[in-house]
Amino acid sequence: MIQQIAFVITLGIATFFIRKRVLRIRDNIRLGKQVAIDDRIGERFQNMLLVAFGQKKMFKKLIPAILHFFIYVGFLVINLEVLEFVVDGLLGTHRVFAPFLGSFYGILMNIFEFLAVAVLLACVFFLIRRNVLSIPRFHSAELTKWPLLDANLILITEIVLMTAILTMNASDQILQGRDEHYVATGNLFFSSFLIPLFENLSTGTLVFIERFAWWFHIIGILGFAVYVTYSKHLHIFLAFPNTYYGKLEAKGHINNMPVVTNEVKSMLGLSTEAPNPPAEPGRFGAKDINDLSWHNLMAAYSCTECGRCTAECPANLTGKKLSPRKIMMDTRDRMEEVGKSIESGGPGLNDGKSLLGDYITKEEINACTSCNACVEACPVLINPLEIILELRRYVSMEESGAPASWNSMYQNIETNFAPWKFSPSDRFNWAKEESNK
Amino acid sequence: MNIPTVADLAAKGQSPEVLFWVGCAGSYDDRYKRVTKAFVKIMNAVGTNFAVLGTEESCTGDPARRAGNEFLFQMQAMANIQVLNGYGIKKIVTACPHCFNTIKNEYPELGGNYEVIHHSTFLQQLINEGKIKLEGGGSFKGKKITYHDSCYLGRANNIYEAPRQVLEALDADLVEMKRCKTTGLCCGAGGAQMFKDAEKGKKEINIERAEEALHTGAKTIAVACPFCMTMMTDGVKNKEREADVSVKDLAELIAEAKGL
Ligand code: SF4
Ligand code: SF4
Repeated sequence: MIQQIAFVITLGIATFFIRKRVLRIRDNIRLGKQVAIDDRIGERFQNMLLVAFGQKKMFKKLIPAILHFFIYVGFLVINLEVLEFVVDGLLGTHRVFAPFLGSFYGILMNIFEFLAVAVLLACVFFLIRRNVLSIPRFHSAELTKWPLLDANLILITEIVLMTAILTMNASDQILQGRDEHYVATGNLFFSSFLIPLFENLSTGTLVFIERFAWWFHIIGILGFAVYVTYSKHLHIFLAFPNTYYGKLEAKGHINNMPVVTNEVKSMLGLSTEAPNPPAEPGRFGAKDINDLSWHNLMAAYSCTECGRCTAECPANLTGKKLSPRKIMMDTRDRMEEVGKSIESGGPGLNDGKSLLGDYITKEEINACTSCNACVEACPVLINPLEIILELRRYVSMEESGAPASWNSMYQNIETNFAPWKFSPSDRFNWAKEESNK
Repeated sequence: MNIPTVADLAAKGQSPEVLFWVGCAGSYDDRYKRVTKAFVKIMNAVGTNFAVLGTEESCTGDPARRAGNEFLFQMQAMANIQVLNGYGIKKIVTACPHCFNTIKNEYPELGGNYEVIHHSTFLQQLINEGKIKLEGGGSFKGKKITYHDSCYLGRANNIYEAPRQVLEALDADLVEMKRCKTTGLCCGAGGAQMFKDAEKGKKEINIERAEEALHTGAKTIAVACPFCMTMMTDGVKNKEREADVSVKDLAELIAEAKGL
């Protein structure tokens, strides 16, 4: 009974914090511009199935993809076991599903154990890869401090949680022979290896170990669920909607600005109707997170910080400051900052800071070649280029702050209809020069 | 060379089957003008019913849009669409991946709907239709050629195979760089970088890419974009290899192999 009460309180606390964070994240994403993405539903579902569920893009690197796949399947499947944990916790039962599933329960438990071991090994591999091997994308400037700690914490937590499951099953198996409260599960292959460690302990100690591991695992899982909402690990949920809402047009396509179209049409006398003033005045391009679309903001929360984008970025590879991963991380950090401020009754967006300037510099965005390598590389269909282009639009149109050579390029196009200083009347001269060559 | 303009044809009450959109680099850049001419020679040789806009052509607005000046882009786009629609143009071929991408993907939203193809696809079609025949592969037979993917053809528009098929028609030994197709490294000029200096860094992108291309041992680096042409040529010069390695466009290679 005491355990049941303690469980209800634990579950309540976790639910409270998770709910609060989920609402905060939702509101933060809603700070973005409302754009409707409601077309081509079939294609979107297909993308989500292939890229998020099927992890299609991960398989560009085979070994990490397989290991990551184990962690991912482990996550999905082990959550089924958490369901049993919750029911047991609430009802004060032990392995409540076992009687219903009969011998299948044992098979199921063995599958869980196999996955637990696979997850454990994969996490050990990833820890070594991240910390010992010198893979540049794990050692960039933006991947120090919290992001680095975050990545390691996730891996260590998973290792500890998996160890708890195996310990629990090992002690449980011994107790099955000693106390009928412990429902027979049949032999559990992987945890049996741990039995020699616990065999000689008294029943009381074993019950304690089993209970401790049980509590440790469930508190760990609930704590992790809260933690995830602060972490890059949020991609386990947001990868799904993010891939669903991913860009379907050719990658070379840049989003149109209908506000500008209306103005240009009326300037050229093409408009049949008077230019209707935009519903919300808004800025041209983006200076801060509220100028980006909600989808850009959701993408920032979906980012796994894997750095596959940055590892392919020609600007970053040649030592420029631009890093598409940092663009996503900055967007997220700025959202968190604004969100926190709003939550505590602060000035929110009007805190005198902005995404452009305080987080991302012009030097970074100016270095982008719009090559789409980052977009192609991202395993969860994030498009850092979209954000970069929106920031550039702000700089060019609101600040007239583009680099001087771009301003002269603009001027050339305006006066000569070509980005270089050539006379428009000479445009067709090449045809006359034919005999020279 | 026979280079009719759309206006000439219109005066005779005709219109071309396909408009050749030359682009700013193809019209003004000395190096790329040679590509323009090579492509015209090929079209003349196979009897393509084409025309150009001549002085009525104008920048698509691509660099302006990518640098962030949406107003200027849309002014250019609308003006071009007016001209194109005025002549009732249905099909456009261009040797510039940037023009190709902009007209194909970005003009429809502004009222310009055309069938747009890049000259690499156009050449591939001519080869497949048997209109361009290269008996014995000509001077490139067995020679190592590497192809540098243009971002605006490749990742931007998923055109990876057409340029390679054109090169295969030369019977050349096509060698790939380590970073090719979806992971091809940019030449460094896209996104309006062509029109400004690079930001501070350790290296110029085009030099990184030229090194990779030279590493294949190919004596010919094939490109399909005016900006890639400039960047790769400069990169090869920087490595002081311009004497034995040449950077050439697909159309030039075909024209050369055909002795045009
Ligand atoms: S599109 Fe820009 S940010 Fe993305 S990889 Fe290319 S240069 Fe880097
Ligand atoms: S944007 Fe995509 S590729 Fe880049 S770090 Fe985030 S998840 Fe990885």
